[in-house]
Amino acid sequence: MKNAAAQGQFQRLTETGRARVSFTLDGQLRDALQGDTVMTAVLSQAWQLRVSEPKGDKRAGFCLMGACQDCWMLTESGERLRACTTFIVPGMRLLSQPEVPDER
Amino acid sequence: MSADLQPVIVGAGPAGIRAAETLVRHGLKPVVIDEAPRWGGQIYRQPPAIFQRTRQTLYGLDAKAAAAVLNTMTTLLPHISYRNDTLVWNAEGGQLDLLHQNQSSTQPYSHLILSTGATDRVLPFPGWTTPGVFTLGGAQVALKYQGCAIGSRVVFVGTGPLLYLIAYQYAKAGAKVVAVLDTATLLDQIAALPDLMVAPGLLARGIYYVSWLRAHGVPLHGGIQPLGAVGDGRVDAMRWRDSRGEHEVACDAIGFGHALRSETQLADILGCRFEFNVLQRAWLPVHDAAGRASVSGVYLAGDGVGIMGAQAAEWAGERAALALLADTDQASAPAQRARANKLEKALGRTQRFRRGLERAFPFPPTWAEQASDSLVVCRCEDVTASDLRTSAAAMGTTDINRLKALTRVGMGRCQGRMCGVAACEILAQCSGQPLKAVGRLRGQAPIKPIPFSMARTTVPSKPAAST
Repeated sequence: MKNAAAQGQFQRLTETGRARVSFTLDGQLRDALQGDTVMTAVLSQAWQLRVSEPKGDKRAGFCLMGACQDCWMLTESGERLRACTTFIVPGMRLLSQPEVPDER
Repeated sequence: MSADLQPVIVGAGPAGIRAAETLVRHGLKPVVIDEAPRWGGQIYRQPPAIFQRTRQTLYGLDAKAAAAVLNTMTTLLPHISYRNDTLVWNAEGGQLDLLHQNQSSTQPYSHLILSTGATDRVLPFPGWTTPGVFTLGGAQVALKYQGCAIGSRVVFVGTGPLLYLIAYQYAKAGAKVVAVLDTATLLDQIAALPDLMVAPGLLARGIYYVSWLRAHGVPLHGGIQPLGAVGDGRVDAMRWRDSRGEHEVACDAIGFGHALRSETQLADILGCRFEFNVLQRAWLPVHDAAGRASVSGVYLAGDGVGIMGAQAAEWAGERAALALLADTDQASAPAQRARANKLEKALGRTQRFRRGLERAFPFPPTWAEQASDSLVVCRCEDVTASDLRTSAAAMGTTDINRLKALTRVGMGRCQGRMCGVAACEILAQCSGQPLKAVGRLRGQAPIKPIPFSMARTTVPSKPAAST
């Protein structure tokens, strides 16, 4: 049973009056709030951050304190960042799944 | 301060801050290195400066203790070298290797106080890698640090005082908590009362959280066995079993954990001697009553040496700093010795409370035998209980590091922080040995992932902005 009203995994409970920050997720323009971690920016409107290397199953982080390393996201320029300890910055271009096959 | 004395404190939680305060009071200028952007550790973690909730809202019944620790650090800033947002990823030959904003640097030390804290102790259940399943501590970070709940209908599972604290914090903040599932029973908690009475304030808090949850209609279930998260790519429900049968509750997020485990990698890399602690079911770095490790010049304090809680961490941080001062002839007057004795006595008393907590929220003794073969134990490398059991049986392996080499368990990016406890329990169970006999996953540098390019970008050490 899915919750139809939910916009994403995380639910904002408070302090929602912060300034908006624009970024892209898998090529689509999205809004986050200043002070969001990348994880909050993405999971407040989606249900995954990445796919795991061994099996390709969806992952959305786990520990939120920089210990489990299960929230490393890719950017379009090929950079990796740890979503729970990196703050969202205007213009970030994030990928939650591997895009086209890597031809490099 | 003598020119050759350079104390470095790793970790700016309650233990690290009290250690820094003590050193500063005696005229030293410690370097304080912390991974977080702002001080406070996990327990008193501060949201980014742009957030506006009061400390009363953020820390609740602990607001006064939080304010005391956080304000102390504010007054210390001019007197210390504070390096926030900085990872210590190696320690060798009187020098720490650091990573700050993708730049590497080094920090020499003459003396080291390690107050590296803890993470959740994780005992996996089927489906725990599904998006929407987080640790209890992680659920708390989402709320405290970001003002978010991990889902719109949340189940909290596991055991330990954090289970009820976080459920209370969530419900109080307006999140929907659909169930709290405790592997311990009410009988466990009643049996623990005599030991818990030694810290009546902490006990009263625990009782308050549980009573508040009951009064607000949050379903609490004890004596449960988690059967698993239901859902493909998203959490749809949580399943569990108790004496009355099997149950399922619809939810879209799960927070779970079985108390905490110490972060001991730096002590390990430094060559500190470890001993098996029966109560905590873990190998922990040995230290004397003052916090001195087996390696000269290294001191240990707080949850990183064994789980003791925030108040005890403050005492241990101060005690370790006093030991450092005495060992370097900076301060060993009767006043300091009297204070040191008082702190050691207080720390001794917390041992009884700790024992009480283990009784109230016992480690589920049959967890390993109940773990199904298909259970994913290592989420980094996708290693199952069956992989562990098969390799252990085929190779006659009885050592966890050997099993790591065979199966890659604990070899992934988290270096066993999430799977190490479970893997050791399963190896002990399937090889018929006591837990102590399987050993511990050894810490290795870099203790957390660092950019591959760093080998080329090493720059001289320079202090970070003290914000």
